[in-house]
Amino acid sequence: MGRYLLVLRLAWRDLRRRPVEAILAVLVMAAATTTLTIGLALHGVTDHPYEQTRAATAGPDAVAGFLSEDGTPPKTADVDAVTHLPGVSAHGALMPLAHTTLAMGGRTATVQALGRSPAGDPVDQPRLTSGAWVGAGSVVLERGFADALGARVGDQVTLGGRSFHIGGTAVSAALPAYPSSLCHLLCFAGVAPGPNAFDIGLVWLTPADLATVQERTTPAVVYLLDLRLADPSAAPAFAATHGTLPGRDPGASGPFLLSWQQIRDADAGVTRSAQAALQVGAVLLALLAIAGLTVLAGRRTLEQTRRVGLLKAVGGTPGLIALVLLVEHLALAVLAAAAGLGVGRVLAGRFTAPSAGLLGSPGPASLTGTTVAVVVTAALLVALAATLLPALRAARSATITALEAPARTPRRHGRLIALSASLPVPLLLGLRLIGRRPGRAALAVLSTAVTVTGLVTILTSDAVSGRGTGGLHNLRTERLTQVTTMITVMLLVLAAANTVFLTWATVADARHASALARAFGATPSQVTGGLAAAQVVPAAVGALLGLPAGLIVYRLVTQTSLTMPSLAGLAAVLVGAILAVVVCTAIPAGVGARRPVADVLSADAA
Amino acid sequence: MSDVVLRTRRVRKEFGKGAGRVRAVDDIDFEVAAGETVAVMGPSGCGKSTLLHLLGGLQRPTGGEVVLDGRRVDEMSERALARLRRDRIGFVFQAFHLMPELTAVENVEVPALLAGRSPRAARGAALELLDRVGLADRTGHLPSALSGGQRQRVAIARALVTEPLVVLADEPTGNLDSAATSEVLRLFDRLRAAGQTLIIVTHDARIAATANRLLSMRDGALVDQTLLAEVAA
Repeated sequence: MGRYLLVLRLAWRDLRRRPVEAILAVLVMAAATTTLTIGLALHGVTDHPYEQTRAATAGPDAVAGFLSEDGTPPKTADVDAVTHLPGVSAHGALMPLAHTTLAMGGRTATVQALGRSPAGDPVDQPRLTSGAWVGAGSVVLERGFADALGARVGDQVTLGGRSFHIGGTAVSAALPAYPSSLCHLLCFAGVAPGPNAFDIGLVWLTPADLATVQERTTPAVVYLLDLRLADPSAAPAFAATHGTLPGRDPGASGPFLLSWQQIRDADAGVTRSAQAALQVGAVLLALLAIAGLTVLAGRRTLEQTRRVGLLKAVGGTPGLIALVLLVEHLALAVLAAAAGLGVGRVLAGRFTAPSAGLLGSPGPASLTGTTVAVVVTAALLVALAATLLPALRAARSATITALEAPARTPRRHGRLIALSASLPVPLLLGLRLIGRRPGRAALAVLSTAVTVTGLVTILTSDAVSGRGTGGLHNLRTERLTQVTTMITVMLLVLAAANTVFLTWATVADARHASALARAFGATPSQVTGGLAAAQVVPAAVGALLGLPAGLIVYRLVTQTSLTMPSLAGLAAVLVGAILAVVVCTAIPAGVGARRPVADVLSADAA
Repeated sequence: MSDVVLRTRRVRKEFGKGAGRVRAVDDIDFEVAAGETVAVMGPSGCGKSTLLHLLGGLQRPTGGEVVLDGRRVDEMSERALARLRRDRIGFVFQAFHLMPELTAVENVEVPALLAGRSPRAARGAALELLDRVGLADRTGHLPSALSGGQRQRVAIARALVTEPLVVLADEPTGNLDSAATSEVLRLFDRLRAAGQTLIIVTHDARIAATANRLLSMRDGALVDQTLLAEVAA
């Protein structure tokens, strides 16, 4: 018991002695835990609004689609076969759905035009949010799409070459609201709905008006049939059992079945991209946090070597030494997890508002037990990964060595020393510093590589999400931009902090070598250049590695074919990252190079 | 005195402020001729090492002049001081100050590389000097594999690699045992005979005995100058 009290006391005293370092450690870890918390809190936030909308609009439990290449309605027998399936308790009327182009005020968008009876239907009753239901020459726009288009009741639109006026806006749970990432019904049959496969708007009009819309993006028409099931929760199984699958039934024309759960998930697409970005961002930030903490922990253990020797001299075991360091950092990790959960919960609210295509609001983001457990575990793992090696190294150090020689002996890298001999003085000094501490150089490579990976992923995502929106305001893109901006800022701040940590660690560690170089004729600017080169060279390697890594991460996360961002953008990231490292290292390196030589050499000789 | 390479005029160094101010070097005047070996002796804390740092431009004086090779050291910019140290001065420290990750020859060639010599020329000069100090068979050894005397001989070779006008040695035998001290003594004797200008701060009477002139310091001031031997023509 006394042993554990001693561990706690030593850890607590040490934290109090170095409050700035402790705060920095918490902040570094909190960036990762906050991002992770937001990512986890977004899970399922649009479920509640969808369910509200479904209840308010008598939404179907499943939607059956029949593909007609030539536009003729499906055979009655085929329709009856679906309506008489076991589990179907009611159904709506057969509705033609065509794909065409809507133009308004210079904006164009691919839309699905759904023919609906002016009289309405018992299953799926879109809820009007403004204006009136469809009539001759009057269309109703799905509210999310109308908002994105900037359309209001009374505006004129051109639909497939014919002019209509907007009679109203409405919401529905029978098809995904705009914007959604659902591959629309035609995709089931392998037919392209138009130039933009995603984010297709929904327009209701009368079947008679639909027949007059001549200009289509595809001649194929889908006939929809809304179904009510005896057991709505069994809708996915119903769709899987009775629906036609493109892979399983090549060339089949239907029925293609969508369950209400699939539509709900498609509506969650508004937050799904942001959620994926947050989760990738959390991993990248966690890696940066590990790099930053490793530097802090390493520097701390270096400064504490004499203390470790003292503890061992009075009977402390290697386990006790390691435990003190681990307890300190694990305590900071718990604080960082708490901070991340708190801040993340507040910030998550900014990303949870559903599309205008759904009713109601999601309410505050909740923290489930799983979220708390995942975030706390992640913070502890980050602290453990960063602290374990320095802790074990301190524990294994020989007592007398620790007492007499607090500085760790630098590593020798013969090839690097030989190579550097023919280089200009700043590079000579820089490469030799890298060779002295290869682990620190590896952390600098990792830190920059992770940052550039994140930036390239974001750049690629911007390049992709900027396409095909036809100039329409897109909530998903907007939210993704908000999230990626937040992650970018966090990545840059953490990377900058890491670079400063690394440079300070190098400056402190190279104090003696720098003073000697100056005693033998290196100018302060050459030493500054050397200290900066020790950061910039690994950073350049990291930046080069980060470019392909970013493209690969995007490919892995989105599971889509690789889309290259502009070469100018990639070059800007590469050059910007290296310049940022130069800027971040300038001050610490400059200060380190100007320490009085005589003071350093006298102190080190003492 | 002809061919003066180093001269000080009322050079002074103070540390601290107000009541805590300490004068480590107090209005010292002296000159060193080319080829002369000057030993500086005095009790610990009397300002010997500080004086050496002022002469080598490692510290700036609070007042007075330091002139090396006809140039005012005390008025030089940091960049000019660096060039001066690189081209005109060699340092030998009590604690050797060898870089632990570099072999003996790599340590010796550092100043030559900093001076912009080609790697081949720097290596050639370093090997030749290690041969001169009797370490031809230890060129590839790390400092940790060398004895104290061998380390100090490596440090002396490093101080000589740029063919400096003056070598400043701060307690060069302070960390050495008797046998190692003898090795270093012989080396300094050879340097003196070869006409190398040397200023040696030391506690060791044997080292001082090899000098042409002995400066005695107390409480930062120069209290005595003794001519021990004329500089060889």
